[in-house]
This record gives sequence, structure tokens and C-alpha cells, in this order.
Amino acid sequence: MNGSGYEAPRTVEETVTLLQQANGAARVLAGGTDLLAQMKMGMTSPALLIDVKKIPELASIEQTADGGFRIGAAVCGAALAEHAALVAAWPGIVEAARLIGSEQIQGRASLGGNLCNGSPAADSVPALIAAGATCTIAGPGGTRSVAVEDVITAPGKTCLATGELVVDFRLPPRPDGSDARAAKAGDAYLRMIPRSEMDIAIVGAGVSLTLDEAGVCTAARVGLGAVAATPLRVDAAAAALIGTTLDDAALAAAGEAASAAARPIDDKRGTIAYRKQVAGVLTRRAAKIALARAGGNG
Amino acid sequence: MARRHVSTRVNGEPVEFLCEPHQTLLDVLRDELQLTGTKEGCGTGDCGACSVMLDGRLICSCLALAAEVEGAEVRTVEGIASGNELHPLQRHFLEEAALQCGICTPGFLVAAKALLDGNPDPTEREVRFALAGNLCRCTGYDKIIRAVLDSAAELRGEA
Ligand SMILES: Cc1cc2nc3c(=O)[nH]c(=O)nc-3n(C[C@H](O)[C@H](O)[C@H](O)COP(=O)(O)OP(=O)(O)OC[C@H]3O[C@@H](n4cnc5c(N)ncnc54)[C@H](O)[C@@H]3O)c2cc1C
Ligand code: FES
Ligand code: FES
Repeated sequence: MNGSGYEAPRTVEETVTLLQQANGAARVLAGGTDLLAQMKMGMTSPALLIDVKKIPELASIEQTADGGFRIGAAVCGAALAEHAALVAAWPGIVEAARLIGSEQIQGRASLGGNLCNGSPAADSVPALIAAGATCTIAGPGGTRSVAVEDVITAPGKTCLATGELVVDFRLPPRPDGSDARAAKAGDAYLRMIPRSEMDIAIVGAGVSLTLDEAGVCTAARVGLGAVAATPLRVDAAAAALIGTTLDDAALAAAGEAASAAARPIDDKRGTIAYRKQVAGVLTRRAAKIALARAGGNG
Repeated sequence: MARRHVSTRVNGEPVEFLCEPHQTLLDVLRDELQLTGTKEGCGTGDCGACSVMLDGRLICSCLALAAEVEGAEVRTVEGIASGNELHPLQRHFLEEAALQCGICTPGFLVAAKALLDGNPDPTEREVRFALAGNLCRCTGYDKIIRAVLDSAAELRGEA
């Protein structure tokens, strides 16, 4: 790899200036597990790599004043798993991020890189969509907040303009379960791969639920990966769960809605019919796990 | 082309080197610092032969830039033994024939040490998952897994 430049700025502002000056010839470097691999395979050869791991906002996890979380875009998967409060509140997001690659990849791979690489099969993205996560995007015009499901626009393409980078992900507050009579919440992510480890998802499904004190689902979101050109938010599957106790009929309806929403392609790893069916099965199973985590009668 | 000056620590010793901006950590370890224990298998993050520790985390050095380790702490397979005394993992790999050609071995040792440092008593399943990023084309893995489990037992004082 013969590119000429490497910078490791300490602030978001410097990063935006560097990206703007390079005018498309620079790339953000987080863990490099997509970018450096693509450079080695000759798929891209950016002149300038801007390492964002030394910027405090991108490298840290915080609980916010409202009880939500702010996860720096460049935090690696292994560090997510070490944050006990995050694991307790959002086990589905952490399990999705932890499915990315091997332990070696986990030492580097970030949520920001997983999203901005733009793969339809990116494992953390359906879980972030289910969570209702937004990302903070900084650029020459200041910062904007964008729902995760609106970032990937086509395979390998995002809504980021030249000069923009993802700073962090914001997760909404969760009922904390400390009061047995109050609302509870849970999330889960499952993926189907042909092997038991180290493979690309044929289908990924993330589900996040909130239950009221009686165990009735008051809010739900469903995200699907690898079944369309971009990861999907499936409102019809969520609607099938809301207002129910996630009885078998509700789970079946959510699964059917997920299968119907899936618009997969046929490829060597799975046929259209198989992927549509698995989208339904994984949505049902992930919903049951989320229910159990929320303390419902799963 | 402007070479970058990098100051870092490798296996506890201060080290300085010059590198190309996009040169990998793996290439600098092997070609500039003559630390050839770290191997290149695939060069794309799939095989784990290039495993090293960077600031306490297991990574593939083929997917890291040398320029990134400014001010960092790098640990390689060369730092696992204490002087002439092999680490129990190295001894068990030898005694239990957990290697044939040996190209995967340094990566397995670094990854297995990272596992045992964090989890002294892993199950066989945990060892298999933790080492899923290390490929071996020779041994069939069983002897490697056994050597790691036996090393863990010895390190816990049970063997
Ligand atoms: C062996 C192996 C196994 C893998 N397995 C999986 C898997 O199971 N599931 C999966 O989903 N992925 C997998 N991946 C892909 C990859 O590891 C993930 O997509 C990872 O999350 C990428 O994160 P990163 O920090 O390494 O990104 P990088 O490679 O640093 O960046 C990826 C892209 O995003 C851009 N980018 C990064 N951060 C930002 C930011 N903050 N703002 C704007 N742009 C940014 C970069 O410019 C680049 O284009 C695997 C990769 C390897 C090598
Ligand atoms: S050489 Fe780095 S993972 Fe194969
Ligand atoms: S001993 Fe030859 S690759 Fe493992």
C-alpha cells in the first residue's frame, strides 16, 4: 500500500478540515478491518488516511443524563463488551457487535466502521435500527442527527457528504427494571450463517421491545440485515407485536411481516425463498429472547 | 516519499522506527524491527498468523498501520517467554505436538495467551470460539485446543 498520508487528529473539527481539504481523496480510518483489507485487495487507494481513534468523543462510551447511552463511533467491539451498564441495558446491540469477526477483529472493529462500510449484511446495524439509535454526523456545516436506518443508501454507499464523519451513536433511555411493577425492556440480535463462527450473515434480525407492568408490549422495533440492498426497519413486524403479550399468534404475525418485507437476492449463500423464510424465523426467535430479557413470560 | 518517525514500546522496550505512511504494523515488525516471529498468512484479517497485542488488545497486525502505534504498547510472540524459559503455552505446544509446519503457531500463542490472561479457566468451547480467528492447515486443531487447556490447568496450579 503506497498511499502518502496518515493523520491522527485529536478533535472532530480538525478531522472535518482534513476531510474537506482532501476533497474526497481521504478516508476515515477506525479499526481498519474493512478499509485496510479493501486497500490490500486493491479495491481502493485513498491518498490520506485519517485515524479517528485518538479523538475522545469517538473513543469513549458514556451514559447520558437522560439514562441513554452515547457510544463513540470508533469504540471497538471488545470494549463494548467490557462496559457493564451498556451490556445490561442493550445486550442485543452488544451481542450483534460481538458477532463481527474473530477476537482479533473485535480488538479493532467499530460500530462506525460497520455502518459506514455500507454492507447490507453488517451485523450491528439491524440491532442499532431496532434500538432506535441515531448517529451524530459532523461536517463542514456543523452536526446533524440521523436515524441509523437512513445512513446506508445502497450497498457500499452512505448519506455522508464529503467532509462528514460519524461521531457517535445515541441510544434512548431504557426502563431500568429496578421497579418490579414498572415498564421493562429488552433487545436481541440473531444471525444465520452457514458456519458457527467467522462468516457473513445470510439473514440478521434485531428486535427491541418495551413491556408495561402487565407484560403488554407498548413499543417495538425490528431491524433486518442481508435481505435487501440496505438494512431494513420493518414497521409491520413491530406493529404485529405492539399491544400483545407476544403470544404465539403475535409472534407468527411478526415473522410473516418480516418475511414479506425481505427483498433478498439469490446468491451462493442463500436463495430468495430461504432468506425470506429465515427472516421470519429469526425475527420470531429474536423477539422471544428480547421478551425473556425484558422479564416477560417468554 | 516522506517516511514517518514512530516511537513506541515493543515487548516492554522503547523502540523507534521509520515507516511509510500506509505500511502495516506486520511489515514493520518483520522487515524493519527483525521481529519475524509474527507471520503473514492471508494479509486480510482471516488467518490470525499476524496476531499481536496492541495496548492490551488482540489484533491482526496485517490490518493495522505502523503509524498507528505511536506512543502505544505492542506485544509480540517474542515477548511471551521469560528469557530462556518458555511460557507454559509454548512448552505445551511443543510437548503435545500442537504444531506441524509452525506458521500458525505464533498467532495461536499470542491469541491463547490473550484468552488465558482474561479467562484462566475456559471451557473447551470457549477456547474453540476464542481461537476461531486463527487458522491452521496442518494439525486439525485438536492438539492445539488440548495444549491450551493443559496450559490453563498448569497456570492455575492444577497440573
Ligand atoms: C476476518 C473478518 C471478519 C469479519 N466479520 C464480520 C462479521 O461477522 N460481521 C460484520 O458485520 N462485519 C464483519 N467484518 C467486517 C468489518 O470487521 C466490520 O464491518 C467492522 O465493524 C468495520 O469497522 P472498522 O472500525 O474496522 O472500520 P474501518 O475499516 O476503519 O472503516 C470501514 C469504512 O467506514 C468508514 N468509516 C469508519 N469509521 C467512520 C466514521 N466514524 N465516520 C465516517 N466513516 C467512517 C471508513 O472510511 C471505511 O470506508 C469482518 C472483517 C474481517 C476482516
Ligand atoms: S496475516 Fe493477518 S490475519 Fe492473516
Ligand atoms: S502447523 Fe501448519 S498451519 Fe498450523
